[in-house]
Order: sequence, then structure tokens, then C-alpha cells
Amino acid sequence: MEESIKLHYIVPGDDFTRAGAASGDVKRTLKELGVSPAVIRNVSIAMYEGEINMVIHANGGEIDVEITGEDIIMTLRDEGPGIENVELAMKEGYSTAPDNIRTLGFGAGMGLPNIKKYTDEFSIDTELGVGTTLNLRVHIQ
Amino acid sequence: MKKTMTVKELADKLNLKILTEGDLSREATGCYSGDLLSWVMSRAGEGDVWLTVMGNVNAVAVAVLSDCACIVLTENAPLDDTAKEKALQQGVTFLSCDRNAYELSVEISELI
Ligand SMILES: Nc1ncnc2c1ncn2[C@@H]1O[C@H](COP(=O)(O)OP(=O)(O)OP(=O)(O)O)[C@@H](O)[C@H]1O
Ligand SMILES: [Mg+2]
Repeated sequence: MEESIKLHYIVPGDDFTRAGAASGDVKRTLKELGVSPAVIRNVSIAMYEGEINMVIHANGGEIDVEITGEDIIMTLRDEGPGIENVELAMKEGYSTAPDNIRTLGFGAGMGLPNIKKYTDEFSIDTELGVGTTLNLRVHIQ
Repeated sequence: MKKTMTVKELADKLNLKILTEGDLSREATGCYSGDLLSWVMSRAGEGDVWLTVMGNVNAVAVAVLSDCACIVLTENAPLDDTAKEKALQQGVTFLSCDRNAYELSVEISELI
């Protein structure tokens, strides 16, 4: 790949019918580019978990994806409530999802741990009352 | 040796009702059972028959992203209208049956 491909998505808050649209589109794009199924799977899982967290916990946000010859770089930015204790939020099983969200199948507290597990680089910038940004990178090789 | 069969063959053999028709010629190679989406997302593999009671639009997204062969709604769990529409759009096959996840898993293990 000579030049990098840049994709931008707006994720609406509280709209489950469209949640997963951005991840689905990135998945299709990577498939067309001939990226390996294992890498596509890692990117799909990480991005979907981030996307759905924006919908559930942060009233939506924006996602930028850059695909270079070496990496897939994802930046997920929201202006939601922020995360009070990141270490706790990263624990498997920790979730503040309300009951009405849990009945939809969310709230296992596995989203952020999944994101960490399926990416090569992962960082969270978050500030209470300001928002949360996830910086994710998956190597193509 | 590991056997496989298509989603169509599986549905016929196990008497599963077809609620939405995606690609019925896909190979079903394994099985995963679960309702918590973040678990399914990272554990279900390509070609799996996914047994769940979650007949909602989020299940459709998870099936697409994890490349499941199909979703089976066990114990006649309902498929909601938005999910049905979305599944048809995205080519996701929903099947259903009256058995529970354990009973159906046993039946599936005899076939694939
Ligand atoms: N973008 C965000 N903004 C604010 N809080 C967040 C955000 N993402 C995660 N959190 C907080 O971190 C917790 C853990 O997130 P995680 O994705 O691991 O679990 P979950 O979303 O609650 O459940 P699951 O992802 O298993 O369905 C959430 O319950 C929420 O309190
Ligand atoms: Mg989550």
C-alpha cells in the first residue's frame, strides 16, 4: 500500500440499530484490501467493543481509522462522562451497565479487557465530565 | 475426523425453523453457546453455530463481526422485528427451535 487509507465515522448515542455499523464497514474494507482473517478479527472485536461502549456509556462519539502498510490505527473519541477509575474499568467483570442494557446482552464487563487482548497497542485518555479517547493499534503482520 | 455440514443440512437434520435466510450453503464447523455479547464476540469462531436467546439487533452485529455460520434461538426465544430486518439486510441466518442450549448442543455434537 503506497498511501494510507483514512476513514471517519460518527457513532450516534443510544441507537443500537446502527451500533456496529462502523466496525462492520472497517471489516469490509480490510477484507477488500486482502488483510489476513486473523488481523481482521482482532480489529473487528476491538473496534466493536469500543463502538458499543460509546453508544452505551458515552452517548456516542467519533471514530478515526487509519490503515497503513504496517498498522491499523483506531482512535475512538467521545464527550461522555469519562471513566473514574480506569484500572477498575479494565478488570474482567467490572461493569456499570444498567439493567435495561444488561437485558440486551451487554454488561459482562468484558469489553475493555477484550480491546486490550486483541490489540497490539492500547491506551485510554479519560477525564471526568470531559470524555474518553481510546488509542488502538493492530499490526498487520 | 472433524465433520462439517452446511447450515441448510444442519437445519434440515435437526428440524430447525428458518427465521431469516442468509447464506444457507455456509459450512458449520463448530458451536458456541452464550448470551453475554462480549463473551461471544471474543470466543465464538468463524463458522460456529451460535446458540443464544438474544434475538436482538446486537446479536446480528456480533454474528457479522465474529463470522458465525448462523444463530440458533433456543427455547423458541423471540426474534424482534428490527433484528429480523437487520439480519436480512446483512445476510445473517437466524434459526429457532424449542430445545434448550444443552439439548441442542448434544444433537449438534453428533453431527459435526
Ligand atoms: N466510553 C466510555 N465512557 C464512559 N465510561 C466507559 C466507557 N467505556 C467503558 N466505560 C466504563 O467502563 C466499564 C467497563 O467497560 P467494559 O466495556 O469492559 O464493560 P461493559 O461495557 O460494562 O460490559 P460489556 O462490554 O461486557 O458488555 C463500563 O461499565 C463503564 O462504566
Ligand atoms: Mg463494553
